Amino acid sequence: MNKRLFALLSVLVLASLMLAACGGGAAPAAATALKIVSSLPMTGSSLTQTQTIVNAMQLRLEQVKNSACGGKYVIEYEAWDDASAALGKWDPAVETENANKAAADKAIIAYLGTFNSGAAKLSIPILNASGPLTMISPANTNPGLTKADKDLPGVTDSYYPTKVRSYSRVVAADDIQGKVAANFVKSLGAKTVYILDDQELYGKGVADVFEATAKEIGMTVVGHEGIDPKAADYKALMTKISTSNGGKAPDAIYVGMVVDNNASQLLKDKVAIMGDNETVKYVGPDGIQTQAFIDGAGDVSAGVYASVAGVALDKLPPAGLQFVKDYEAKYGKLTEPYAVYGYETMNIALKAIEDVCAAGGNPTDRAAINSAVFAIKDFGGALGTWSFDANGDTTLTDMTFYQVKDGAYVPVGTFK
Amino acid sequence: METTRKKFNWRRFLIAALVLYIVLLIGPIVGLDIPVIYAAVKANPLQLVQFLIIGISNGAIIAIIALGYTMVYGIIELINFAHGDVYMIGVFTSLTVLSVTGTLESKDPVRIVFGLILALIVAVVFCAILNATIERLAYRRLRNAPRLAPLISAIGMSFIIENIGLMWAAQAWLVPSFGTTGGASQKVFPDMLGILFTSMGWNVNLLASSGIALRLTIKDVLVIVLAVILMTALYLFVQRTRLGKAMRATAQNRDAAKMLGIDIDWVITATFLIGGGLAGAAGLMAGLYNNTAWWFMGFRAGLQSFTAAVLGGIGNIAGGMLGGFLIGLLASFSDGYLNARWTNALVFATLVLILLFRPTGLLGEQTGQKA
Repeated sequence: MNKRLFALLSVLVLASLMLAACGGGAAPAAATALKIVSSLPMTGSSLTQTQTIVNAMQLRLEQVKNSACGGKYVIEYEAWDDASAALGKWDPAVETENANKAAADKAIIAYLGTFNSGAAKLSIPILNASGPLTMISPANTNPGLTKADKDLPGVTDSYYPTKVRSYSRVVAADDIQGKVAANFVKSLGAKTVYILDDQELYGKGVADVFEATAKEIGMTVVGHEGIDPKAADYKALMTKISTSNGGKAPDAIYVGMVVDNNASQLLKDKVAIMGDNETVKYVGPDGIQTQAFIDGAGDVSAGVYASVAGVALDKLPPAGLQFVKDYEAKYGKLTEPYAVYGYETMNIALKAIEDVCAAGGNPTDRAAINSAVFAIKDFGGALGTWSFDANGDTTLTDMTFYQVKDGAYVPVGTFK
Repeated sequence: METTRKKFNWRRFLIAALVLYIVLLIGPIVGLDIPVIYAAVKANPLQLVQFLIIGISNGAIIAIIALGYTMVYGIIELINFAHGDVYMIGVFTSLTVLSVTGTLESKDPVRIVFGLILALIVAVVFCAILNATIERLAYRRLRNAPRLAPLISAIGMSFIIENIGLMWAAQAWLVPSFGTTGGASQKVFPDMLGILFTSMGWNVNLLASSGIALRLTIKDVLVIVLAVILMTALYLFVQRTRLGKAMRATAQNRDAAKMLGIDIDWVITATFLIGGGLAGAAGLMAGLYNNTAWWFMGFRAGLQSFTAAVLGGIGNIAGGMLGGFLIGLLASFSDGYLNARWTNALVFATLVLILLFRPTGLLGEQTGQKA
């Protein structure tokens, strides 16, 4: 053997021996590590929302001092990014990579995410086939992820190759959001509505539910179009809409989209062509209920409505109010609506671990954790007292509408 | 002779028939329903003019950016992928200048005009230097490397500049309206022209008092006028000046130009300076026109402008302008009369069709005779 190579090798061996010795000395209790990861878009406009979710998850972990089952397990948490700079929003390739990475790392026992329904569609089957590794989303609202759509038979089942459900969410789905939104728009006095969506699973999904409900309750849907989420402007589209209702503008415009998909630009061009949001109402789902949308649109955002599942932050149950207080003490003022959902997902993951321990099981067993998540009933969390149904959907169905006033979203009412 | 020509026509006819068949087949899905479109135009013919105005204004911005692509390609046969992002930096530069000079809060017309002119100058100079720096740092060493190397290097530069934009948009101490939500979200570029016109007591819509139901705003006029001035200036520069002549010579044959004593490095730097300056001007124009500053806006603008450059014939300056206007108009009419969902598909399908029948673009490539 080459002399220099031999010397190098011996140094390496010695060094690793020493490191191993040190490692043993530092952790005498030798608690087993359980890993929880989150996969959320953290490059792009959604960061405003996702950062608060990650903060809330970390806060929950700190409250239990990163340990579970009376100190037998240490909980490690990593916040993964499923967005890429190339797309400026969630990237299918990155999300798939995250799911595969999680599937391969046996220490991971819960996957918290995703933020976008389109991303969930990709990772659910991968995680389902590897354990199943339980996946809890703080924000996905596309109904088809959990509930079979009668127009698309078999699609929902195809997400679960092992036939065992492994995906749950703490937020109410868009079959509720779209329906409540249509009723809300009607209650604003609108008879005609034009629908736009960003052509993603989430945006188009909620827009489709809105369209169906609007027709049912007697509103006229003047048109429904998908927009190019990266266009420089939408003046031509808005010009067309401004005369689409028999030469006039429709009473309201509903947009199914997330803020990353050029939501602020769309609104700017709408106001430039059709006037303020009193004349032609502008309503959207939770994807635009974020300060980033208001910052991007500026003064023209005044009067925009957006809905979010759940109640307003100050109407939360005591545990929720305590969370807001703790959050604000650590990270400053909380206005984003999804932080509490992030907190609740981590809450559920921890509860599942404790439940498995209490039943004498092994929390490193992914299948056991998954069953424990689905077994959660009458959970007293930050969102109130609720349960998961067999599909993994929450039993909470409150929907709160917010309106932009003086550059911030303020709650205007909660509906069922 | 006779038979070969006939054969050639026959093949072309087949391709044309196939294209027509596909258009007729998928046209209705896209919304290409001629009676419906005809009825829409007939019901509101003025709207056609409106779409024309919007298309030309958008096209003007695309055309100006496309010039940067086409000039660089013409001279060193490199697709400068970072060019769209230089334009994005132009938006942020002009917004920052407007903010730092206090123009954003001002209602004084003189101050606004002064601020806008200053923003234009700073954005042009800054982007020109930025573009030339990119060339110096990332492309010059690779000038004689295989073609793929500078291309990858260009994509890398594009990412770097996008990330600079991402950081820039988080600096609320520079521009308070950036807010506290970080650099990723879209930012407001205040409607300075609207504020200027309202402060003078004029209507933003120049046709408001004429009774014609059309919107021709000061924004449209400014964008189009500025674009025409810049394009004319560039054309004259390339055709009439010594440096312009040197650029054309370098494009034709770099080695021969060198033998004639032309300083190639300086000519290429000058090309990048001019391209970057144009991108800076386009940045201010787009900011004023669309009222948005966004770290990601360079990507799509770059893609569209590159398409425009190819459409018109890459390397051909007049072609770049034509391509820009064409894409703006196509997008506007597609949004207006077809379904917005298909606008992108339509723009790129047009590109494919044109390349199929005229591989060198509408006005032909001008990258010298060596190719």
